Amino acid sequence: MSQPTLAHDTVRTPFLTKALPTAVILVGALYCLVPVAWVLVASTKSRSELFTTFTFAPGSGLVDNLHDLFAYGGGQYGTWALNSLLYAGVGAVLSVVVSAMAGYGLAKYQFRGRNLVFYSILAGVLIPGITLAIPQYLLMSKLGFAGSYASVLLPMIVSPFGIYLCRVFASAAVPVETIEAARLDGAGEARIFTNIGVPMMLPGMVTVFMLQFVGIWNNFLLPFIMLSDQSRYPITVGLYTLLSKGSGEPALYSVAIIGAAVSIIPLVALLLFLQRFWRLDLISGGLKG
Amino acid sequence: MTTTTTAPTTTSTGSIPTTRRSRRSPIAPYVFVAPAVVLFVAFLLVPMLYSVYLSFRGLRLMPGGAFGKREEVFIGFGNYVSALSDRDFLAGFGRLAIYGAIAVPLTLGLALLFALLLDLGATKAKRFSRTAIFIPYAVPGVVATLMWGFMYLPLTSPFSYITEQLGWGTIPFLENPEIFGSVANIAIWGGVGFNMIIIYTSLRGIPSELFDAARIDGANEWQIAWRIKVPLVTPALVLTGLFALIGTLQVYGEPTTLRPMTSAISQTWVPLMTIYRDAFVRDDLPRAAAGSVFLAVCTVALSVILLRLTQKRAFGES
Repeated sequence: MSQPTLAHDTVRTPFLTKALPTAVILVGALYCLVPVAWVLVASTKSRSELFTTFTFAPGSGLVDNLHDLFAYGGGQYGTWALNSLLYAGVGAVLSVVVSAMAGYGLAKYQFRGRNLVFYSILAGVLIPGITLAIPQYLLMSKLGFAGSYASVLLPMIVSPFGIYLCRVFASAAVPVETIEAARLDGAGEARIFTNIGVPMMLPGMVTVFMLQFVGIWNNFLLPFIMLSDQSRYPITVGLYTLLSKGSGEPALYSVAIIGAAVSIIPLVALLLFLQRFWRLDLISGGLKG
Repeated sequence: MTTTTTAPTTTSTGSIPTTRRSRRSPIAPYVFVAPAVVLFVAFLLVPMLYSVYLSFRGLRLMPGGAFGKREEVFIGFGNYVSALSDRDFLAGFGRLAIYGAIAVPLTLGLALLFALLLDLGATKAKRFSRTAIFIPYAVPGVVATLMWGFMYLPLTSPFSYITEQLGWGTIPFLENPEIFGSVANIAIWGGVGFNMIIIYTSLRGIPSELFDAARIDGANEWQIAWRIKVPLVTPALVLTGLFALIGTLQVYGEPTTLRPMTSAISQTWVPLMTIYRDAFVRDDLPRAAAGSVFLAVCTVALSVILLRLTQKRAFGES
């Protein structure tokens, strides 16, 4: 109120112009953090404390819970975590390679069938990936692959959205002149791609890697349908089985809770670390109004 | 990595503009797109076509043998009739509509609100808020459901704890009709951050001269937001709306994970759960295939309608 104002329209209380936006967005931040805070606090509680103490009061059972978690089913949790890392890590790397090649090919060459390939792949964005899980399972079973690591890995490699992003990024980031110059110097097409295209597309590729890594890590239905052997479960399916057993056996609730808490820590850390390399403007940058 | 031939097929005597097309190896682009096309055909196109094929097949009792024998034959639209006359399946679409009517507008509305607030000069604590709101993106739906499920469960819920202390009793998060809001809330929580970032990056791309001009004309921040920023980020809103719509139609993990905690979620709560039951509990794969083809057709139809209505080519690229 004490600050001089220049125009009529800016005569507003500082509360409305400054504090309100900040307050609203902090409420949003709180909303997003509360469940994470809850699961971290709940994971420190012993079984009896879980149902008796105030939910946000820390408990005394963290060490016991961690022990229970990693001892559960003969160390199954560790196996699930490694499986998730395998599916998400290998899947995302392969996906980036495939997407970058296709995106570069679609952006930098004129060839017969280019539009057919591009629009077919784009239509793939509209088809619910999850709806495909059942026919994928049936085909995999016919070929005898169902239940294998490959049955979860392979269907996740082709990413219509990843290919679309790589195409947008290759169009924007790799100048035609540079490619032409390399051709005049006698470089082959493969060499131009690996030595010139890939370095220029790298920020876009990091983005596709993260999107695919998180997408595969978070996937539930495909591994749920494909896998029957618990030792191949990713963490999502593993925690689901823990929880569904827990309804009959409440002792497993505390194992499920600390399992959830432990599973989100590495992914959140990875996300915070890679945040600076993200190029999410790509997603909207490719849009035209 | 690839085995592209590098030998120029024509002599390099032409001027630079003409070499553009003539000198490049004709098979190079096909090699680049081949892995994607092969995987696309194997894991999208073939399963899709197989699903369609299977949806027209069925077991019929044929004459022969002592009791007749079962044979797989084409039965036309029988599976579709059977799937679509299943009350559970249809009711699932009704529940999906209620769930979507809560989840989609709130996810997009909150994402837009937060993005506009991040873009506003007066807002403080931006870095913290942006990161905090984005964190749920890294939390798998199953884990998010587990966390929220315990926050809904009367025995462990902090919200019910407070209302009980106030003498109002527990909040029936896991009962009908509250369950719709509770499941939708999990999707909103998980989706707001990612959509916010898409809209926010789109806002950052608007040249600031536009706002300066409006400010000189005496527009306040509210008017600038509604009259300039929102219309300009419409393509991003269409895209996020499309993703939210597709996500709604294929909701499965959240209600399935919540089921052990509540009796308000049946085995056929949403269409995908009915399809799963048909396929793996009843072993009626052709009917499951018919259901999933129907769901896919609905998704494509709704997406096309959304894109038409907004008349924006969200994926447009020259």
